[in-house]
Amino acid sequence: MTLHLSIMLWLPLALGVIGLAAPPRFAGKLALLGCALVLGYAITFLIDFESGASGLQYLTDETWIGELGISYKLGIDGLNVLLVALAGIAWFACTLWATFTEWERPRLFYFHMALAETAVLGALLAQDLALFVVFFDLMLVPFFFLTGMWGGARRVQATMKLVIYTLVGSLLMLTAAVATGVLAAQGDLALSFAFSDLAERPLAESSQQWIFLFFAAAFLVKMPMFPLHGWMPDGYRAMPLPALAVFSAVLSKVAAYGFLRVCLPLFPDASEQFQTLLLLIALASILYGSAMAFTTTEARLILGYSSIAQLGFIVLGIFALNEQGAQGGLLQALNHGLVVVPAFFIVALLAARCGGSQDIRDMGGIGMRAPVLATLFLIVAFATLAMPGSSNFVGEFYILLGVFTEKIVIAIVASAGVVLAAFYTLRLFITTMHNRTGARVESRELTFREGLVLVPLVLLIIAIALYPQFGLERSEKTVSAVTAPVAPQSAVTAEGVAIPEADR
Amino acid sequence: MIAAAEKIAGPEIDWAGLSPLIAVFVGALVVLMLGLVVSRAARETAVPALSIVTLAVAIGLSVGQWGEREDLIAGALRLDELTLVMTILFCVAGIAAVLLSWRHLAPREAAHGEYHALLLTSIAGMIVLVAAQNLVSVFLGLELLSIPLYVLCATEMRRASSLESGLKYLVVGSLGSATLLYGLAFLYGATGSTDFSGIAAALGGEGDIVTDPLLLTGIALTIVGLAFKGSVAPFHQWTPDVYEGAPTPITAFMAVATKAAAFGVMLRLFDVALIDAAVDWAPPLAVLAAITIIVGNVGALGQTSLKRLLAYSSVAQAGYMLAGVVVANRLGMQATVFYIAVYLVMNLAAFAVIVARERETPLGDDIASLNGIGATRPLLAWPMTIAMLALAGFPATAGFIGKFYLIDASVDGGYTWLAVFIVVGSMISLAYYLKVIAAIWMTPSEDEAGDVVVAAPLAGGDQPVLAGGSDEATGLRAQGEVVAVAVVFGALTVILGVVPSPLFDVVRDVGAALGLL
Repeated sequence: MTLHLSIMLWLPLALGVIGLAAPPRFAGKLALLGCALVLGYAITFLIDFESGASGLQYLTDETWIGELGISYKLGIDGLNVLLVALAGIAWFACTLWATFTEWERPRLFYFHMALAETAVLGALLAQDLALFVVFFDLMLVPFFFLTGMWGGARRVQATMKLVIYTLVGSLLMLTAAVATGVLAAQGDLALSFAFSDLAERPLAESSQQWIFLFFAAAFLVKMPMFPLHGWMPDGYRAMPLPALAVFSAVLSKVAAYGFLRVCLPLFPDASEQFQTLLLLIALASILYGSAMAFTTTEARLILGYSSIAQLGFIVLGIFALNEQGAQGGLLQALNHGLVVVPAFFIVALLAARCGGSQDIRDMGGIGMRAPVLATLFLIVAFATLAMPGSSNFVGEFYILLGVFTEKIVIAIVASAGVVLAAFYTLRLFITTMHNRTGARVESRELTFREGLVLVPLVLLIIAIALYPQFGLERSEKTVSAVTAPVAPQSAVTAEGVAIPEADR
Repeated sequence: MIAAAEKIAGPEIDWAGLSPLIAVFVGALVVLMLGLVVSRAARETAVPALSIVTLAVAIGLSVGQWGEREDLIAGALRLDELTLVMTILFCVAGIAAVLLSWRHLAPREAAHGEYHALLLTSIAGMIVLVAAQNLVSVFLGLELLSIPLYVLCATEMRRASSLESGLKYLVVGSLGSATLLYGLAFLYGATGSTDFSGIAAALGGEGDIVTDPLLLTGIALTIVGLAFKGSVAPFHQWTPDVYEGAPTPITAFMAVATKAAAFGVMLRLFDVALIDAAVDWAPPLAVLAAITIIVGNVGALGQTSLKRLLAYSSVAQAGYMLAGVVVANRLGMQATVFYIAVYLVMNLAAFAVIVARERETPLGDDIASLNGIGATRPLLAWPMTIAMLALAGFPATAGFIGKFYLIDASVDGGYTWLAVFIVVGSMISLAYYLKVIAAIWMTPSEDEAGDVVVAAPLAGGDQPVLAGGSDEATGLRAQGEVVAVAVVFGALTVILGVVPSPLFDVVRDVGAALGLL
């Protein structure tokens, strides 16, 4: 039992609330302090994490609402340790980036950023289904305000659309979560929503089916995946950039994480049953996202649609329902998060260099006098398109490997997505950095403080490209435990060694 | 004569058990007399102050008797935790209504003494109603609560819509009362008893009384009668008009207290007296709940008047609460009581903000009156935001826990489809609750936006002119107590959302008192 997770979880919110009362000029600094402390905590957990141990570490377990069987249970294991680190990194970078801009009503802005961080960390750390739902829904509130108050054109409509879309999913999930707890507690079992209890109380297959679909709806909207992405274009256009970067980098991953944490272990029968459906949705997302990213000319939307494609890969990996696929999906979640944050910053820099336009047709030739910016962008672009040697390549390789063993046709079609990624990423790079110089383009190097944010992020991309095992070895144990109920036949670890039955 | 009086021995009366009710009645009389005092200060300050003291005393007496369970006045009333918790809720709503009415137009026009005496009498009626365990006292309580409210709705006498509201409520309310009375008569006819325990015994006994047409008719008419009071669709049509026309403090009081009373009596009548006839009433009530949820939420979508919006929202919320009644087990009734308490807290915060803005702007209760208050009036903006998020069921607010509990009870009681209706209703409700939040934070205030926004509500007709408060009551200075109500209930909404355990302890006692499974 330790308090560390609780401290990390509530720290941003506490500082955000203090920031509400402090003079406005301190608001940004306080928020940054909170993010820095969380980042420090996250790195400590990452280093201190025992890769060999299965089960939860730094466990906190208190009763929150005894009547409803909801406990305040937090813990870290292989599934969330990397994503917690990703959240810490993304929030620190984005808050730092946000302090470069003068925001209207800064105290509220940083309060909402801080609330968002607490909510996301809560969703990642929660080891109780009801607590997970609480934080998952709470994530939406700050983004509603961030988009609606500080967003671009048509922000109110965009934020309404965003919230209604995602909350429709979330409310379905609420029903499903309650039903899971209640139906699992049959007989004289006490009502409990803790994942560990629920895992021991399997549901009947018919209940699993509709509950799985409700959960899947919530997660797929949040990511978003192809048929449920209607809020995405407007939302991405309107969101203020720091909020958009964390949203794209982390919130979508929380949804993917939800599949691994909730759906696979708790609803194994339904997961197997709907495997093909989910794989097809993922495949459609890859193809649709890639095609749209290739045709749209708005820089933000290129990243938005490419995220749909990348998340398609992540879902593809998860629903390979074997260890390689899930490992690849998790690694890819980390990779995409680390890549998309600098990518959005670069888009902001590009926009600033061509008179505020987000349209890549107005850009062009920006790389002329900005070699450092161009280099950083190129590295980010290579990572996005999963160049061999990048960590993204390893992730996609694992994913495709996992799918190949399950559904070979889908894997072959999905491989086309890898090629398409090269198309749209290089198109973005070439039309903005090379090509004929745009009419309003004013090529200049990034400033020192912008570099201060971008360079470490890019170095980080290079670092995990050199040593992807850093993540893989931490997640391996838990991932094999999570995929065990759905994939009994392929108990093969990354090294190709069969895990003894007793270990799982 | 004396011999005859000795023969009819009066029932044993436990005065301590009746003390909250007596306190409210005595308070009503004293307040009425005090209102005749010539001094204006006495009327305008002492009368509300004394009303608050009365209600506080009633709360204190109720808290003091927590845990007592006994029949009062020969079984006409029941003293148990349900009665006590409801009494406390009515008194809290009453205190809020008095605070919101202070320096409001309505009590000045209707005379302070009468206004507050009527309010207290109505509360007394509510206490009788939820304590009633006899068909006669049910009807007595219902009328005692309704008749003062008909008058209170019409207390802004120079505003046509207030009078219309009172009249409409009188006509529809009387229809509801008549239907209920008819239903109660049938129940008596079928079971041969007016006493709840007698009815339960008759239903639980031999014979197929459960399918008796007499009983079925009685149940149907009773449901309709109570549905009028609780504004359950399709008997809700009066709600938006009455809520909109009535003075806002009275609307706030009606929205929370009347609804609480209606559901309090439903719990006792259906889940205790008629529990063995659940096969008769549970399916139709479940359908009504589903209809109510959809009708209320869809009706609220197009509203621009905040009071109408909250009226439809209250219809929808009634549907949620009805789900707890339908489940008819201990979990369901606990969830209902929990939700009633939470609903009271959320709505009082919202109505306090409406009262404040009615006095501050010439826009009345139009949504535009909230434009931009996030920047200018944070103490009003935050409670309203929290109240809207809570009504929509966002986590970290009491509304989320309440909804969670209701869904939990529905699924547990085998009404999963009703739980899905609750959720679908919540989805629809987002569209209008978020519209209010968007007005607060994301729309510039009328000063910045120019005259376009100001012009809009004038199309609404005569309503805003007087509802906007009188010349004297207007202004930021006169609002301390209104802001305080908003802040207190807004804060309570969050606190109960994060630390709900005390309220859970209370409803557990209530559940135990009714002895359901």
